[in-house]
Amino acid sequence: MLELGGVSLITLLPVAFFGVVASFLGGATKRMSWVRAGERSLAYAAFLVTLAVAVLVIQFFRNDFTNSYVANHSNAALPLFYKATALWAGQEGSLLFWNWLLSVYGIAVLLVHRNRNRDLMPYVTGILLVSVAFFTVLNVFIANPFRPLVIEQASNQVLFTPGDGLGLNPLLQHPVMAIHPPTLYLGFVGFAIPFAFAMAALLARSPGARWIRLTRRWTLLAWFFLTTGVLLGARWAYVELGWGGYWAWDPVENASLMPWLTGTAYLHSVMIQERKGMLKVWNITLVAATYFLCLFGTFLTRSGVVNSVHAFAQSPIGAYFIAFIVSGVFLTVVLVRSRREYLKSEATFDSMISRESTFLFNNLILLAACFAVLWGTIFPVISEAVRGEKISVGPPFFNKVNVPIGLFLLFLTGAGPLLAWRKTSFAGLRRNFTIPVAAAVVLTAALLISGVRNGYAVVCFALGVFVVAGILIEFSRGTRTRMRQTGETLFRALGGLVWRNNRRYGGYVVHLGVVLLFAGIAGSAFNKDVRGEVGEGETLSIGDFAVRVESIEEGATPNYEFERADVSLLHDGEVIRALRPERRFYLASEQPSSEVEIYSTLREDIYVVFASRGPAGGAVIQIYHNPLVKWIWIGAIVLTFGTIVSFLPGGGRKRHP
Amino acid sequence: MSFKGNGKFVAGFTVIVLALGYLAFSGYEESKAYYRTVAEVKVLPDDERHLRLKVNGNVEEGSIRFVGDGVDFLLIGDDQSLPVEYRGSDPVPDTFRDGSEAIVTGNIRDDGVFEAKKIQAKCASKYEATYDSEAHTITTVEEADTY
Repeated sequence: MLELGGVSLITLLPVAFFGVVASFLGGATKRMSWVRAGERSLAYAAFLVTLAVAVLVIQFFRNDFTNSYVANHSNAALPLFYKATALWAGQEGSLLFWNWLLSVYGIAVLLVHRNRNRDLMPYVTGILLVSVAFFTVLNVFIANPFRPLVIEQASNQVLFTPGDGLGLNPLLQHPVMAIHPPTLYLGFVGFAIPFAFAMAALLARSPGARWIRLTRRWTLLAWFFLTTGVLLGARWAYVELGWGGYWAWDPVENASLMPWLTGTAYLHSVMIQERKGMLKVWNITLVAATYFLCLFGTFLTRSGVVNSVHAFAQSPIGAYFIAFIVSGVFLTVVLVRSRREYLKSEATFDSMISRESTFLFNNLILLAACFAVLWGTIFPVISEAVRGEKISVGPPFFNKVNVPIGLFLLFLTGAGPLLAWRKTSFAGLRRNFTIPVAAAVVLTAALLISGVRNGYAVVCFALGVFVVAGILIEFSRGTRTRMRQTGETLFRALGGLVWRNNRRYGGYVVHLGVVLLFAGIAGSAFNKDVRGEVGEGETLSIGDFAVRVESIEEGATPNYEFERADVSLLHDGEVIRALRPERRFYLASEQPSSEVEIYSTLREDIYVVFASRGPAGGAVIQIYHNPLVKWIWIGAIVLTFGTIVSFLPGGGRKRHP
Repeated sequence: MSFKGNGKFVAGFTVIVLALGYLAFSGYEESKAYYRTVAEVKVLPDDERHLRLKVNGNVEEGSIRFVGDGVDFLLIGDDQSLPVEYRGSDPVPDTFRDGSEAIVTGNIRDDGVFEAKKIQAKCASKYEATYDSEAHTITTVEEADTY
């Protein structure tokens, strides 16, 4: 088995490199034989990576601990489901998984586009295969998932098959963690496609916004997965890590946020190129930045360059990633410069008070956020290189910059759709802004009167109402116009409106989701927590809530041993829920893990952690009172729904291939 | 991008960038932490005693004592040990236990005790581990949190 996996990876190497050469020759000479050879290489590559992935999964299922990767990330008693997810639990497997997703995407792109875009497709195939080749090099030479387990015995290297594996990191033994990495990777990898088309359009001297239209839905798909991946990561951190929060500005989290920020900027700025033929260089820059940040994110999470106290030396993979990204950026810049005559702007900006200018500010501010996050994340590395002193920055840095950016974005989210393209007249302003502004003012007054004193939170809620009011006006205007024109009933007209303009109205639904998400985040301004040792029958209170420990139990499963506190959650003295926070000790990996319990309502979450056993034999319980958190997850669902609406073919315009 | 005859955009962008720059700088001043080894903390010059520090080491076996709502332990690095008192607001991470690699963030007190506000820990046998010789025990390969 091990050999089969290893051989498939080694065979992949020449296939991918040949495919790159064949595809670029095909693009340059327009000879069909080369083009087809390139396409076939991609198909073979996809087959070989699939084979390697299948071998690895089978080895996990069969507890084949001759494979060191399997022995290090699984054990016999691990539930079957987690054996499958252990595929991406470590560096070697994740890189293989990346490569697999990339080649599968590649095949899908070929099937959809190859017959109608003959000029672009050879280059697209070639560019995708460059990434395939890169990841194959990593898998073959640095992080091979098919290494036999070798141990040192009397200073000799000997093969060794242990009776059981070391087990999967318990933090990864959670259903959300099973879907979070693949989702995030589908997002990361997915941006390879618009990037490949952008470069192909430059190479083939294909003018205009054709590459943007061709990749609109691929981009949306990648953005959808990236967004869902980031939010699932937050969800996982919240329910699994046991510190009561969902975002810590950890380098791994930042790694996924950065391409999201540039990708979101890109989704907005392409509309200006499609509509007005402007920002051509800018869009190529954004899509390239997004893909390189996806690679950079993979590098950050996989190399440990920032988290680690041992800096660069520790994983050779970092050097490969840096070399690949730097040469990619260099080639992109050279290509853009050599094609600048195709990238001239066809129009100029007319007014500050216009749809375009909100898009421009949106782009600027998203990029500023991305830059700040990047800077903060790699600051220890930069400061060490420049000043010889390793300095890190913490959450206050990220929050201070990003909270105002977030609020300004929220404002633009509301204002943009209410402004006309080119120029908005004063009458137009008054007509569109009166109701949303009034709604925001009323809410602000109500919040201040009811004693809410956190400035940022008040501004966030007020802007939220401003955005929602604007969206409702858009929906109601469109629906009424349609009812007048077609004589349809309310719901038919609403449905028809969204169906015919699904990109626009789906976008509004996404905005609505963002508002809910922001409201949930603003709730964190009012978080409280308490910790104390609680014996059986005793209580610990926080605000109107209290936790009474009824009993402390101990037990074991084949996978782990546990201590559990059976507690009652009280609200105003009444028992409302029985909760059972646990501390587990996973046997194979010798890892402790806390299983928190959350009482979640639309108003607030009560998050209960069994932190440890206290000196007096009681349970040390920590309770977090987190208002509005649930709105983050609700916002995420709304956002997902909106993305799907925009993604659907719709009935409005002619479908593009 | 083209801003022909439109200085207003440039002015608007400049204001935003300056404001964010100011916020970034104040956030940096508020949260910067200097990496120091245990040995360096032991002989910290007076003008660095007020700095927020990040110290890396291993938790000495058997030194962990849970006290009230915090934990005391010894952090070992460069064959020296540093007494640490953690009284932060979050529970200690699951990965924090005997022998695990830990990074503490906080300040050094005049009595030489390190007052930690935050603990990050990486378990000795966690994430990426490999089998070791006859004993079939486990040793760690240095590797960052790879989840």
